[in-house]
Amino acid sequence: MTTAAPVNLAVISAGLSQPSSTRLLADRLAEAVRQNLAGRDREAVTRVVELRELAHPIADNLVTGFPPSALREAVDTVTGADAVIAVTPVFSASYSGLFKSFLDVIDNTALTGMPVLIAATGGTARHSLVLDHALRPVFSYLRTVVVPTGVYAATEDWGTGGTPGESSLPGRIARAAGELADLVDGRPARDHAAAPAPVDTFLPFEQQLAALRPQP
Amino acid sequence: MTIPMQFGIFTVGDVTPDPTTGRVPTEHERIKAMTAIALKAEEVGLDVFATGEHHNPPFVPSSPTTMLGWIAARTEHLILSTATTLITTNDPVKIAEDYAMLQHLSDGRVDLVMGRGNTGPVYPWFGKDIRQGIPLAVENYALLHELWRKDVVDWQGRFRTPLQSFTATPRPLDGVPPFVWHGSIRSPEIAEQAAYYGDGFFANNIFWPKEHYQQLIGLYRQRYAHYGHGTPEQAIVGLGGQVFMRANSQDAVREFRPYFDNAPVYGHGPSMEDFMAETPLTVGSPQQVIERTLAFRDYYGDYQRQLFLMDHAGLPLKTVLEQLDLLGEQVVPVLRKEFAIGRPADVPDAPTHAGLVARRDAQQPAAATSEN
Repeated sequence: MTTAAPVNLAVISAGLSQPSSTRLLADRLAEAVRQNLAGRDREAVTRVVELRELAHPIADNLVTGFPPSALREAVDTVTGADAVIAVTPVFSASYSGLFKSFLDVIDNTALTGMPVLIAATGGTARHSLVLDHALRPVFSYLRTVVVPTGVYAATEDWGTGGTPGESSLPGRIARAAGELADLVDGRPARDHAAAPAPVDTFLPFEQQLAALRPQP
Repeated sequence: MTIPMQFGIFTVGDVTPDPTTGRVPTEHERIKAMTAIALKAEEVGLDVFATGEHHNPPFVPSSPTTMLGWIAARTEHLILSTATTLITTNDPVKIAEDYAMLQHLSDGRVDLVMGRGNTGPVYPWFGKDIRQGIPLAVENYALLHELWRKDVVDWQGRFRTPLQSFTATPRPLDGVPPFVWHGSIRSPEIAEQAAYYGDGFFANNIFWPKEHYQQLIGLYRQRYAHYGHGTPEQAIVGLGGQVFMRANSQDAVREFRPYFDNAPVYGHGPSMEDFMAETPLTVGSPQQVIERTLAFRDYYGDYQRQLFLMDHAGLPLKTVLEQLDLLGEQVVPVLRKEFAIGRPADVPDAPTHAGLVARRDAQQPAAATSEN
């Protein structure tokens, strides 16, 4: 079998504290996906987008309508990936405002068809449905393909047994990572060269005019 | 007579509190300030004054041809333009009539920049559907284009009452319609529209990084050639720009910062330094403005019109008039000289009525056989 191109894995981590359990979960997920792909002879290149460092550029983009260069690179990393792992802390019963603001500055068609693994962290397990009530709908709107298993890590999960089982954190991480790897491995690498820049996607003028002519 | 490049100012016509005093000009004061600024533009030797068109507060210029007609009566050389004329929500018949009238009254000193506006509710306020923004721009302009070129128009479209045996009066001055630019911040469709007609393309060049405008202008130039109007380098390009100057650049930075920080469009966002790095905004000495503006040619190619935004964000009239003195005395003369150096001979001069009449006359024999 020919060697397939490496899988570009973009990891969005919206944790605000340093160190952050959100980043901890993001790294665990990225490593699990990498290992799973390695088992299929697929190499993965992981790039982490730390939203904390982009807090100002994201706010600037909301105000001015364009991304400062640091943010542009981060957006390109995400939109140009073959798969995305998106991890947010739970704030006030939902994803964090910074996490949503980052999604808000990405063109709403730029992630179409993207395999996505959603994950969230919180103080207690009582907010775990945030994954399915908040994150999943947003990524559905963005027309991404979200794997069935979302991973929620409450504080207590970091102290529970490491034996891989269905209900443990390591078990959920392994299952979600396997689902994402299945998605990525089953499809050709995203053809980014074929995705036209917005400026090239216009109708020739005759067609714009013709579409308006009254039907006889 | 034509000149290679025209320089001027464009205004949004916003009523904005002066952040350093909290004072808000009345609408009357703002309107009078706009006309004073236009007269000053002619006095300091600028070529163009362009006003925005808006139909909601805090903007005053809802009636551009009234304002431009007043200015036309008090000036001799200034070209009166728009930034922009709402081709989506205005009736193209009324645009044809109003601007042809202005063209006669100003002896040909008028052109227009077509745009789609920045305020969503203007569409429903004028009975239009914002989801049809691009189709409205396409159909309305097609009708306007025809009204100015055919004496009797039979027409039917999707957005307007059909016309049978309609003649827009007055007919354009000397039978030559006003020059039209198409302005767009985002849409490649509009660059394509400008190219199709061989009209000009105006990039506001204020809000976004240069790479964005490079893409749009590049597309326009390439499609201009595709439609057989000339080489890509011969396409007619206009650019905006935004500057604040003092003899000493540190004074400019200090004085402009509160206006920047509180500006309606980008205030309370990036720092002025970041915004200067990311966009064409220049706050500094006249020499810095000259250097930054001359670099536009490197990004966008030789072009025909440079307009500066000078009277916004609550800057007092006195300050704006001082800015115009600096622009007219220290900046534009140098820009005229420097831009002329290395400008290929086959790059067209900036469009004027006289130039368009001369071109029409030169093409007359050919045109007479090809029309009908």
